[in-house]
Amino acid sequence: MKLDCKHVWEHISEYIDGSVDADLRKEIELHLEHCEICSAILDSTRNILILTADDRTFELPVGYSERLHERLAKELGSAEKDSKNE
Amino acid sequence: MRRKICETQRAAFQRGGYGCFQMQTSNANEIGLIARILAGEKELFHELIRPYERMVYLTLFSMVRNETDAEDAAQEAVINAYRHLASFRGDAKFSTWLTTIAINEGRKRLRKAKNSAEESIDEEAEAHEGDYTPAPLTDWREIPLEALERKELREALRVAVVELPDIYRQVFTLRDLEELNVEETAQALGINPGAVKVRLHRARMMLQKRLVPFLKTTAPARKGFFGRAL
Repeated sequence: MKLDCKHVWEHISEYIDGSVDADLRKEIELHLEHCEICSAILDSTRNILILTADDRTFELPVGYSERLHERLAKELGSAEKDSKNE
Repeated sequence: MRRKICETQRAAFQRGGYGCFQMQTSNANEIGLIARILAGEKELFHELIRPYERMVYLTLFSMVRNETDAEDAAQEAVINAYRHLASFRGDAKFSTWLTTIAINEGRKRLRKAKNSAEESIDEEAEAHEGDYTPAPLTDWREIPLEALERKELREALRVAVVELPDIYRQVFTLRDLEELNVEETAQALGINPGAVKVRLHRARMMLQKRLVPFLKTTAPARKGFFGRAL
């Protein structure tokens, strides 16, 4: 069976995740060898995922960790007091 | 540890996976830590939670879409996790359990804000036929590493993710930002694995379509990395 572009697009996400079966993977790769459009879509999607995984894209607010642990320390402290009062 | 685009990551993508920055703490270590915390070494909770601070915040930011609310909700979720630690049974990973607590906190806040649309569209969303095809390109050239380093590209991605519909943004965040697997994502969101795959595919295609103009303008006319051979 020869895959058309639309069929490749439907599976592109699972292909990136490595979760298509071996036969379909082979078909997709065969298609990608001669289809620049699908190759471009695959590359651009992968680039987006690389950017997403880069910590600088989604940064935490400055001081987030410190504030979180301060709040946690208060909670742990009050739990400590409660257990001593029991 | 700051994650940056790196050779290892690029190689991982070329192999079809991208797990080079997964949480390093082993499950066994965590279970040991949890036992000690429950036995009275409460301070160790700081250590237990540290690898997941970012994950908790991003999960909540993907829901409430506001930095201040997300931080407040993240603190609340972490405190809740501490208070209910004894109910963690170890049948799920600690990260999945914690993500579920964060999602519940986020949902509680959304309900309070009378923004329950997120839940009401949940069930019917998969049946909805939309345009989830990627943007085809005819003058595409693979872009080099330096282009991915551009700030405006990251900003465009941030905006595009924030503007995804809720159900797609949440799955995208858990899978591609926090690197949970399909099963873990399904468990954390209370949906089936098939729905995770469909939503993730649609989210990625929507982002590809949104970001293509930015990727195109940064692409020089030469071949870069990500050869087509996989």
